[in-house]
Order: sequence, then structure tokens, then C-alpha cells
Amino acid sequence: MQQLIGDLMRTFDLAQSPLRELNEELHRQTDGSNEAHWEVLNPRGGHAIAVGIDAPIKVDVRGSVGYYCAGMNKKATVTVHGSAGPGVAENMMSGKVVIKGDASQYAGATGRGGLLVIEGNASSRCGISMKGIDIVVKGNIGHMSAFMAQSGHLVVLGDAGDALGDSIYEAKLFVRGKVKSLGADCIEKEMRPEHHEALAKLLAGAGITDAKASEFRRYGSARKLYNFNIDNADAY
Amino acid sequence: MSPKIPLTTPRASATFDDYTLSEIRRAASTGIYDIRGGGAKRRVPHFDDLLFLGASISRYPLEGYREKCSTNVTLGTRFAKKPIELKIPITIAGMSFGALSANAKEALGRGASIAGTSTTTGDGGMTPEERGQSKTLVYQYLPSRYGMNPDDLRKADAIEVVVGQGAKPGGGGMLLGQKISDRVAEMRNLPKGIDQRSACRHPDWTGPDDLEIKILELREITNWEKPIYIKVGGTRPYYDVALAVKAGADVIVLDGMQGGTAATQEVFIEHVGLPTLACIRPAVQSLQDLGMHRKVQLIVSGGIRNGADVAKALALGADAVSIGIAALAALGDNDPALEAEYEKLGTRAGCYDDWHEGRDPAGITTQDPELAKRLDPVRAGRRLANFLKVMTLEVQTIARAAGHNNIHNLEPEDLCALTIEAAAMARVPLAGTSWIPGVNGSGGL
Repeated sequence: MQQLIGDLMRTFDLAQSPLRELNEELHRQTDGSNEAHWEVLNPRGGHAIAVGIDAPIKVDVRGSVGYYCAGMNKKATVTVHGSAGPGVAENMMSGKVVIKGDASQYAGATGRGGLLVIEGNASSRCGISMKGIDIVVKGNIGHMSAFMAQSGHLVVLGDAGDALGDSIYEAKLFVRGKVKSLGADCIEKEMRPEHHEALAKLLAGAGITDAKASEFRRYGSARKLYNFNIDNADAY
Repeated sequence: MSPKIPLTTPRASATFDDYTLSEIRRAASTGIYDIRGGGAKRRVPHFDDLLFLGASISRYPLEGYREKCSTNVTLGTRFAKKPIELKIPITIAGMSFGALSANAKEALGRGASIAGTSTTTGDGGMTPEERGQSKTLVYQYLPSRYGMNPDDLRKADAIEVVVGQGAKPGGGGMLLGQKISDRVAEMRNLPKGIDQRSACRHPDWTGPDDLEIKILELREITNWEKPIYIKVGGTRPYYDVALAVKAGADVIVLDGMQGGTAATQEVFIEHVGLPTLACIRPAVQSLQDLGMHRKVQLIVSGGIRNGADVAKALALGADAVSIGIAALAALGDNDPALEAEYEKLGTRAGCYDDWHEGRDPAGITTQDPELAKRLDPVRAGRRLANFLKVMTLEVQTIARAAGHNNIHNLEPEDLCALTIEAAAMARVPLAGTSWIPGVNGSGGL
């Protein structure tokens, strides 16, 4: 069941209509869409909600979602007013995804662009294999986060779990709290002016006003595993 | 002067043979395991160990060239709104841009399109050359997700979720620094010149329950139009096929240990995984037990070289096959005409497998622009099309001789085995007997 609310906002109730119809409607939206604001009711932990959008629309999901919400998002702003299951915003290309609650494993996995904001905590493997996405987590993140992270930024206002940035490539990690341990080839790096500047922009983009760039430490690749060397075999 | 003592003839060890000793010396000298391309080179029971019975009094044949023998196949009939229709059941396996030159990828697309079949991307994303020249293109969804994006996903005709491959089931990708050119680096978001090892597991799902949800996501993104394949290496085919069906696959690609890779450890290629012949019957049994044989299509790959191999795979229950190494050979890989250049690389035509080094004189497994220029994609594509057509004619020849007007009507009953091992793996009788080891105890006629 879909109903028109005002001129622009449409409400879609997943208790009344199937997921297929929701995604089909969202895929119909284009750059000039006049249905620019969508509200999704009763997500009830469902999977693959609002995936594959390719338009600058706004989607508010009123409740918690299951796997892969906003997967491969382009241009859209998707806000989950609840928590998100595994793989939220996986392979996001652009746009913005905001999780008001916590996020499960692999948040922002392989993301190539856009901004993912998690206002609660993120579980393990946050930002795994990230390829250009920016991720800002207000709480803590779990183990093996930014594993094989290629590019983009991961900003954590809380603490990071074990093996942060294992086998990292060129992604930049900023953590305000404690890091339980760093993974293979991940080291702490100097915060230079350009990093302060980039971090300040990311914090502003995520709407964070109570944290200063100067409170963070930066982590990145030691680049020692970029070319195979048998004497580094114990690091693999 | 003492009498001359006769010397024994020098005797090489069967255990420590020349190759084994050379590998020990190589390892001791370099400190790095041997990396190479291709599939298992050791002898394993294979399609050569099977024969077709042909028709006689108890079966009558069809007239070669005159009576129709259909070859077309439809893939993805289970859930996809737009299944793939192929004229022939011989597809081109996934090979990456990165491992192969852009010209080689284009040639594969051209050849496949002329012959009426599909080609497949690889661990590096989709190139415009390949999409442009491939009428039917399968887009691989790999653990690395290099180059993955929803636009290319929507441009694809099918999506292949790669869980594993026969050359290295349980292993990830590898592309060494020599082949990470500017363009490859950009497509993969990696620094140029690094040794790239891609992950062996997908970053955002583990296990069949997650895979089911991942497939749901891919279908939702592409509006349930495209067939979803799941590719697995030959390890536990009965259970892997059952789980792939459960996860929602339209098509299952099953790759035995002779299937090629662009590069991985020799120890992996030769010592992990099942021979292709050993994979097919358990996979088909699994589909039959679930009532899904022919509803979920099975593509078999790994060591398919000619029409006889295709016919045997189909007779054992496959819906289609896939070729990689044979397709590269058709393009011109390992051609004896390049013998002098292979010698300079310390190898011979037919043996060249250091594809990861990017110095391929045939211009196929390279990113060197000068070497890549040697391959004319139009001419090489034509060669591949010719090869595919010959294979198809060969399958038809065998099918007609066995009395079938559709190559998919070939069946195990058409076959016998030359060895006890092949009989047990293919579950067909040892030639001249009715004995199927592991199935019945009879050694008589």
C-alpha cells in the first residue's frame, strides 16, 4: 500500500506490500524525480531494503533492518531509524547512509564512495575491503575492521577492536579512543595538517560537533607487505 | 690390473624425479613457493578414460549432417525473468582483465558472440572492450569486488557469484606487481606495481544462509532479471551443489582441478581439489535428489578440450560446459610458432605457464602494451569461433552416432570406462562388463 503524503513524500508500508514493490518503485526514481522523499514503515529486520537506488532521493526507514540495507547505493540519502544488520551500505558508490542505532558486521564493505555514518557502534569487519567510501562511527568498532582496506577513510570516535587495518592498502583510519591491536602491516602514522583538514571535513559531513580532529590518531599501511618477501612470511 | 667391474645403469628415482629435484633447487634458491598459471598438469582420471558405445542393432543412429541434432541451451530458467539462450552449450569461463590483455578479452567476446555463446568477466571488473564485443556477458561477483559497481551489474546478462575455482578451491586471487599497470591499478583501486592477493572469502557473507540473502540482494538490485550462477571448485560436489540450490542459484558452475587460474601456488594447483570427472556424477545426483536436475542448470569446467569431452560431460548430466585454457590456446597461447621466444623464457611451447610474469610472447596473458599489440582481437576471435564450431560439430557427430537428435539427450548409458577408476568416478560400467565400482558388485557381462 502506498499513499501520497503532501506533494513529495511517499510512504511505503512493508507490512502491507512486498519488498519487491518497494525496490522497484525506488529504482524508477531518476535525477529529476518529484517523489524525492520516501518513508518506509515496518521494515521488521527485513533484508535488502532500499538496495540499488540510483537517484538523489531521501529514504527514511522507520525501524531496524536486516542484511545489506542500501547496498550499492548511488546518490540517495538513506537513514535507518533503528539498527542495521550485516553489510549495510555494502559497495556503496555515492550518497549518504545514516544508521541511528548500531550496525552489525561488514558495515560499508567494499564501498567505493559516499558517506556512511553509524551513530551507535559497528561490529567486526567494519569497512572491510573499502575502496573509497568514507565511514564515520560515533561508537566503537569490532575486530578486523578495515581489513584489506584499499582507499577512503574510516573515522571512529570510540575504540577499535583487535587487528585494526590488517593487510591495509591506502585507506586512512582515524581513531579517537583505544585500539586494542593493529593488524599485519598497519601502523600509527603522523597526523599532518592535511589529515587534520580531511578529518575535520569528515566530522562536519557527519554532523559531529563534539569531537575535534586533534583528539584522533591516524593509522595506515606500513607498505611492507606490498611485494612478497619470504622473510615477512610470519606476518601473513 | 684388477678386472673391470661392470657398472649399473644410472637410475633416476621415481620419487625424486627430475621435476621434483628441480623444484627443490628452485625453492632453495629463491625462498618463494612456485607460482604459475593453468590447471593441474598431473595425470588424473579424465574424459579420455571414457568411450561412447555408439549405435548398432540395439540403438539406431541419426544421419550425420542430414538429421537435425539440436545444440541450444537455456540457462537460468529457475528464477530469472530473462534467462540466457545460447546456441551451443560451450561457454567461455571467467578470466580477468589484468590476467589477460584487453585485446585478449575482446577476442574472447568476439569469438563467443560469433559462435552464439557467452563469455565471462573475471577478478578485475568489466571492460568496455569486452562488453562491447560480447553478445552475452556473465559478470563475476568475486570476493575482491574489484571493479564491482551496480551499473556494470545491470549491463550484465547474468551474474556469477564465485565461491571457488577448481585450480585453487579455498584460495583467493593473485596478480603480481608486473601486471598491475596503470589501468589495472585504477580499475582495482590499488597502488601500481604491488603484488595483489585478493581474498578467498567474500567480505560480507559466510556460509549458505548468508549467501541466500546475498543472492536476494543481487536479484533486488537487478530487478530479478538476470540469472544468478554460483561457481564452486570441485571439492564436495554433492553437498556444495545442494547448498547452492538451497541458496537460490539459477545455474551452478562446477570447476574441476584441471581448470585454469591466472596464477597461484603450484602446490595448490596440483594438490587441492577433485578431478573434473569425479565431480560430475555427485553434482548431478545432488540435483536429482532435490528434484532440480535440468531446472537448475549445471555447467562443468576443468580440462574440456574438444567435442568428445563436451559430449561426455553432457552425457554425465551437465547442461553446458565452460572452457578457459582451450580458449586461450585457440587464440594463440603456447603456439609452437613462438618456440624461439618461449625458449628465451626458459620453457617450451605447450609448457609455458608463467602467465603471472606478464611476458607472454603471444600477447594474451600480459599488460605490456607492445606484447599485447601482437594479438589481433578480430583474427583471434575468429579462431576461437572456429574452434567452438568444431567442438560443436564433434558433439553432434557423437550424439547422432549414439542415436540422439539433441545433444542433451546423451546419457550415462551411452558410455563405458577404460579404467576401474574412471568407471567408479563416472559411474559407468568398465568396458565390456556391467561392473560399476561402488555401485554394483557384478564383474560379469
